[in-house]
Amino acid sequence: MRYDVAIIGGGPAGMAAALSAREKGATVAIFERDVRLGGILNQCIHNGFGLHYFKEELTGPEYAKRFRDKVEATEGIDIFLEAMVLDINPQEKTITFVNPEKGFTTLSVGAIVLAMGCRERTAGAINMTGSRPAGIYTAGMAQRLSNINGYMVGKKIVILGSGDIGLIMARRMTFEGAEVKMVLELMPYSAGLKRNIVQCLDDYGIPLKFSYTVTRVIGKNRVEGLYIAPVDENRRPILEKEEFVECDTLLLSVGLIPENDLVNDKGIQFSPITSGAIVDEHRQTCVEGVFACGNVLHVHDLVDNVSEEGTIAGASAADYAMGKLSMGNKIPVLAKDGVRYALPHYIYEGEDKVRVYFRVGQVYKNATLIATSGGEKVFSKKYMILAPGEMGFVLLDKSKLKESVTLSLEV
Amino acid sequence: MTNNYDVIIVGGGVVGTAVLMQLSRYNLKTLLIEKEDDVSCGASRANSGIVHAGYDCVPNTQKAYFNVLGNRMFADHCRELDVPYRNTGSLVVCDEDGLEGLQVLLEKGKANGVRCEIIGRDRILEIEPNIGDAIQYALYAPDAGIVSPYKLTIAQADYGVLNGGEIKASEKVVSISHEGGHYTVTTQKGVYTSAVLINSAGAGCMEIEKMLGENLRPISYRVGEYFVLDSTEGKQVSTVIFPLPTKAGKGILVAPTVDGNVIYGPTSTPVEKGDDVSVSQSGLDTIKAGVSKTYKVPAFRKVIRVYAGVRTEVGSDFVIEKSSINEGYIKLLGICSPGLTSAPAIAKHVCDMVLGFISATAKSELKSLPKHKKFTAMDKEELDQLIKEDPRWGRLICRCEKVSEAEIVNAIHSPFPATTVDAVKRRVRAGMGRCQGGFCAPRVIEILARELNIPITSVKKGGEGSEIAVEPIKSGIATGEEE
Repeated sequence: MRYDVAIIGGGPAGMAAALSAREKGATVAIFERDVRLGGILNQCIHNGFGLHYFKEELTGPEYAKRFRDKVEATEGIDIFLEAMVLDINPQEKTITFVNPEKGFTTLSVGAIVLAMGCRERTAGAINMTGSRPAGIYTAGMAQRLSNINGYMVGKKIVILGSGDIGLIMARRMTFEGAEVKMVLELMPYSAGLKRNIVQCLDDYGIPLKFSYTVTRVIGKNRVEGLYIAPVDENRRPILEKEEFVECDTLLLSVGLIPENDLVNDKGIQFSPITSGAIVDEHRQTCVEGVFACGNVLHVHDLVDNVSEEGTIAGASAADYAMGKLSMGNKIPVLAKDGVRYALPHYIYEGEDKVRVYFRVGQVYKNATLIATSGGEKVFSKKYMILAPGEMGFVLLDKSKLKESVTLSLEV
Repeated sequence: MTNNYDVIIVGGGVVGTAVLMQLSRYNLKTLLIEKEDDVSCGASRANSGIVHAGYDCVPNTQKAYFNVLGNRMFADHCRELDVPYRNTGSLVVCDEDGLEGLQVLLEKGKANGVRCEIIGRDRILEIEPNIGDAIQYALYAPDAGIVSPYKLTIAQADYGVLNGGEIKASEKVVSISHEGGHYTVTTQKGVYTSAVLINSAGAGCMEIEKMLGENLRPISYRVGEYFVLDSTEGKQVSTVIFPLPTKAGKGILVAPTVDGNVIYGPTSTPVEKGDDVSVSQSGLDTIKAGVSKTYKVPAFRKVIRVYAGVRTEVGSDFVIEKSSINEGYIKLLGICSPGLTSAPAIAKHVCDMVLGFISATAKSELKSLPKHKKFTAMDKEELDQLIKEDPRWGRLICRCEKVSEAEIVNAIHSPFPATTVDAVKRRVRAGMGRCQGGFCAPRVIEILARELNIPITSVKKGGEGSEIAVEPIKSGIATGEEE
């Protein structure tokens, strides 16, 4: 059995990639670890999804279902569930996976789309000090336990990190009768969306303490409380101001990491900033025939953008597999002066327009985003506010671009 | 009465379970009592996992004797139990000024009968290319190795139970009396008697001594903190790298683990309590400073876990002796480093002591532990066959460590069963990887509940009151399937 396009991961990125690849005429296989398609969307039972893509407000499971129904109804897309991809060979274009039904299988493919999503940074990864009892959860794990399994993880909760999942979980746990005592954020600003801070914390009177961290976990078998403290400008805790907060649960929302472990040693170049692959405008990595999209490429804040990126990667992978992918001369896309990164990292010379996404490194007010190429301003837009938690994009006219283009901020 | 035993062992660490294993080879009725819900919950789960060569021990001490003997026994011991052991060798490294210190170690090593030699930078680099730039000399001991201390402890427990030994977990000894030539041991759940009593209670050993009216020795504790690195770092280190030892201990090492990770640590800080395994910021800072002196490529960004363990010291040497007050009471106190290495040798010695009290014949037939089948250790054909017979081999629950459902189920039904999420983790590594159980813990909980036939809300992480899912959600769960 051979497929034109193999897609690793059946979340929003993978499903969108499957549909667009199939539309181009490719045969497609999706490999999904869980028992159903949808990825983390299935546990995101809150609303706010799809405002851009579907022009209406959906819950995560509803958004996933729209794609899943389409994927399942489309002939020419095979879905492998409970399937773990163990290895890929990007040169030979093979993919090796295991699942309970097919056993250990290696397939030939024409192109590979990486859509594995991301994982959460853990207590260990942030070197959490104190004891290591039950009662410490990543926010996503607590979300799965409550929304998929149907169980509460605790009653008196402190949340460290103001990423979107942490904010959403603050509201969710409050709904279910828990007391969410506070959300602590190490940075002086939130990594989450403004609308989530308003709708999930402010509306319920949950305090958000900026420049604060947890200094010690207390409790032998179950969390009994935490010591917290403000941090100085180097993000080191000011221990003289340490105070005790009684609680039974600590939720962590301290960052997401693209889950590229499968392909770490496959010759793909990664960006130290996004921890995802370096890609061109087709979302093709530096290894030909290997594409990436969604949170495995860079962590998104809106699923709508993930779907769009998946659509690009899937269509490009199909074109590649069928020998129709146009490339040409590459124009590097660079980021500086307050712009943390821009993606894609390369665009191709041409006459059409291309969207370049970007994220800023801190909160900026009344800033102007500019794109320059060959010493000339080719794009400029004023923003009242730009925050690290909200990805933006610029639409560039390729005909105006010279050997490279740079995104920067004028404050 | 069924509660009468020949031997009762108090404490299920690496030493207690090694003794259980050894005694299970004889026609003796043996019981091990452990206060936690699994074996290996004290110092045996949180140490460096080093099988020391033995050059560091003061000559003519119990430590020196049992370390060197244990080291020689170790490979066979692990083979018998199907526990991974790797003979990595070890280096004690120093800069130009440290040569004298190495000489002292070399002399001690020779006196203890340990193979070791002092080598220069060129040879060091052949053994360990990532050694720190300032390092000029090293004491190389080819017979050192690494082992998973908790896997060894668990395998010893499994072997003991498979061969007729008993383990009562989650039972804390509350009192002991010694009358009429018998020990009566009372826990919060039961009363047990025996002719011989063995104290391998680790950090709690003095409480047992007190119950028996022994002459108490001073006891002290030191906490050792560690970083665990992602398995992507595993290829960076091939041997165990120590700095020159100090009075506080063997210093901060860099070592591979048998499971492919790397550890940095430990600190050695006095603490008040034997169960205080918290990690401190100052401890982590000490490790960071220490590692960079001996090792060229520290990777603190690849840390997946920090942990700590407590070493119990009763004087400067191991206390391995028969009581002079209570006939038939054997005390194993202060078995700190190199206790792991010494465990097989101590167990053999203790077994001989027991046989001095009670005569017993060796069993004519012993059961071997079944091979630990692992998804990651099998080839395609073998896996395909297994998955056909049992599809659970094809269902990977832990994505980081690639652990199948079948392995988890097997751990839950092993001779000494895993009953908690942490117990499963120690046996099969589900949750040991870079996501630290973020993805698999909910599924491991489901499997434990199903296999043990208990509610999800009764599944514990490990320890009393450590439930992970505490109560059902009142509003029920929204599946989102209806639109």
